Amino acid sequence: MAHEREAAAAGQEAKKQKPRKNMYSVGVILSLILLSLVMAVLSPRFLTVDNLTNVASQAAVSAIISCGMFLAILTGGIDLSVGSVLALSTMLMGVVCVNHGVDPYLSMLLCLAVGGGLGLLNGLMLTKMSLPHPFISTMGMKMMARGVALVITAAAPISIFPEPVQFIGNNYLGPLPISLFLVALLYACMYLFLTRTATGRYIYAVGGNKEASRLSGIKVHRVLNLVYTLSGFTAALAGIVLVGRVNAAYPLAGQDYDSDAIAAVIIGGASFFGGVGSIGNTIIGVLIIAVLRNGLNLLNVDSNYQTFAIGAVIILAVYIDVLRQKVMQVGRR
Amino acid sequence: MAMGKNEMLLRLDRVTKRFPGVLALDSVSMEVRAGDVHGLTGENGAGKSTLIKILTGAYAPDEGEIWFNGEKLERLTPLKAMGKGIACIYQELNLIPHLTVVENIFLGRELRKSRRGDILDRAKMLEEAESLMRDLALNLDPRMKTGELGIGHQQMVEICKAVHSDAKLIIMDEPTSSLSEREANDLFRIIAQVKAKGVTVIFISHRLDEVKRICDRVTVLRDGRLVETRDIGEASVDDIIRLMVGREITNKYPKVKGGRGAEALSVEHLERRGVLHDVSFKAYAGEILGFAGLVGAGRTETARAITGADPIDGGAIKVFGQDVRIRSPRDSIDAGIAFLTEDRKGQGLILIKSVSFNSSLVRLERYSRLGFLKLKAIRQMTEKIARDLKLRAPDVETVVGQLSGGNQQKVVIAKWMLTQARIFIFDEPTRGIDVGAKVEVYNLMNELVANGAAVIIICSEMDEVMGMADRILVMHEGRITAEFGQAEATQERILYAASGLAASGEGKIA
Repeated sequence: MAHEREAAAAGQEAKKQKPRKNMYSVGVILSLILLSLVMAVLSPRFLTVDNLTNVASQAAVSAIISCGMFLAILTGGIDLSVGSVLALSTMLMGVVCVNHGVDPYLSMLLCLAVGGGLGLLNGLMLTKMSLPHPFISTMGMKMMARGVALVITAAAPISIFPEPVQFIGNNYLGPLPISLFLVALLYACMYLFLTRTATGRYIYAVGGNKEASRLSGIKVHRVLNLVYTLSGFTAALAGIVLVGRVNAAYPLAGQDYDSDAIAAVIIGGASFFGGVGSIGNTIIGVLIIAVLRNGLNLLNVDSNYQTFAIGAVIILAVYIDVLRQKVMQVGRR
Repeated sequence: MAMGKNEMLLRLDRVTKRFPGVLALDSVSMEVRAGDVHGLTGENGAGKSTLIKILTGAYAPDEGEIWFNGEKLERLTPLKAMGKGIACIYQELNLIPHLTVVENIFLGRELRKSRRGDILDRAKMLEEAESLMRDLALNLDPRMKTGELGIGHQQMVEICKAVHSDAKLIIMDEPTSSLSEREANDLFRIIAQVKAKGVTVIFISHRLDEVKRICDRVTVLRDGRLVETRDIGEASVDDIIRLMVGREITNKYPKVKGGRGAEALSVEHLERRGVLHDVSFKAYAGEILGFAGLVGAGRTETARAITGADPIDGGAIKVFGQDVRIRSPRDSIDAGIAFLTEDRKGQGLILIKSVSFNSSLVRLERYSRLGFLKLKAIRQMTEKIARDLKLRAPDVETVVGQLSGGNQQKVVIAKWMLTQARIFIFDEPTRGIDVGAKVEVYNLMNELVANGAAVIIICSEMDEVMGMADRILVMHEGRITAEFGQAEATQERILYAASGLAASGEGKIA
């Protein structure tokens, strides 16, 4: 964020830490380009319009989830429940909309409200029940939400949604999926929120030092509740896009999304220690994961190996974070 | 290895330890006789902790030699120190609360049924523990979990553990600071038993009456130097205080005398169970009020209670005559109170963020229009205050973690000045910053006061509080025990009040 602020105050002389932060952005973008080039060389189908729009629409769901995950990680926390929240909120939408014929717009609102509500519960477990780490609360939520999602239709998927629900996930504006515009809008709003509003700064502050934030008069609990609510909300929003794309809600939907989102955020340079990261780099992280998955698909790599590859990438990305912390500490001494 | 009464167990020869910018120990030579209880005392920052850490192997000395039990100790590590028979009982105890007394005593050196096997001989351990406790006249069930014991008993378990490990020297760092009087008396009895077993004790305490009571000899440190070691019979409490205080106060403090203005803060009957008792005082605009006392006397806790950082159990607070209810730091900020914490890095600053981020953090909403931050205004405002405070940083986007201690403190001050608070509470404002920066901080305080603010400083350096404060309150065990005007305050009087002793002078006892 700081480098964006610096950019905003253009004309100032270049300073010591500026290059370091920009270097990471450049590094992430270069990695994406490099990875894409490798895929393009290995598979002639990679650089086709069809494939790229496919990557984009798949990445859209992940990008929306990663937005909320980014916030959670920015506060030094994590949200393991996003995949399950996605499943439960879309299953409930399916039940009311398809099985009970409730108005589709109202159903979508319900979906978002359920997502936000489950996220708020995650936050309250942290702030009111003082559970030691969101790893615990969101892992519990992950299992509970998934359980309920399976129970409500006895594990059966719900399909054939009305047109308004399918609109975002299934339609194109020219060659571009509508979902891309939603992602662009969401990230633009999030960027403004994080860099230009007091609340956005408080999220960074809380992630950087909770006690100092509290003593500075920041209502830390309120910030954390908001962050987890937003994370649940974006998971539900991603769910609507996913349902629209496949025209069905599955109780087991979104299982890989938790780890993909975490991987994307960390690859995007957000620190697991909290307080550091930029939303702009997060989208690059999302694209790296999407290209990696797509490329491995094109190369007919078994999905089990893909899981392995993503796992390795997560560990590598966090390790890079650790190394960066060390370098910063050395720089500080 | 039997030793006569006057043999030296420990000898330090010109031990020196430097930290960046500080000479923590300056060529300290001292001797501790075998079988003595040896008192070690001095003001905060005199070098006592550094000395302990060197003896226990936590720090390596830069110069000098340590001889222990006739052997020169070199490249000491904590493990090696224990192996040589040096045990230390810290203020924070190191027992494992959910293990029993026996298990703690034998931790890491458990008895086994056979030499090769891993099966514990519980009966034998229990028996040994009981016999040890009988020796020390300690009446305690060794099968109890240590977590269920009071602090005093836990400390005694630590002593048992040390004696059991065949320690020749037991160092006790302020062992009575968290004990009640009765517990302290029990502790002294155990110390006498330990001594009877031929174990040497180094007893570190601010409480001079205790030093006088149980020690054979006493060493006084001041500013990293050893002032004197005396037999206790030749040292009165007054002598020890004089030795601790020593130096004349030079004019390191650019105190500007101003006139007392309106009553800015009135605190009445502040209570926090087990921490603060009936704390009442007033602070005035145009005045610097100092809080003196030992570490843990309740000064920081008072500030935290006033500013909503900790919950309170009772008491009333008025700000410029208005009743205020403060339940969170936010309330205190809204009431115009700024609290500059002692722990800059942990509580004051977000080290990974920039100067402008940190200094604008409090009341950030003020710099918003239609929900959006006025980034340019924030930047200009930060640049202005950075100039006013002579902040030495490349620019206001510099990450504060990269600044020196003094400049970090200036960022904290900038942050709170920008809130336009009218009451400033500084907790140890000059800790860990160099002399030049200290003077700048004092000048800023003068400026605040001149502009009609009330300033409260909490500091453990006696001459600092005497040099800067117009009025001094002394705390001891959560209570205010004395109040002095600048003219009537002497280090001796403050030390008496801070130790909980009846005052010898005419200081007004609150």
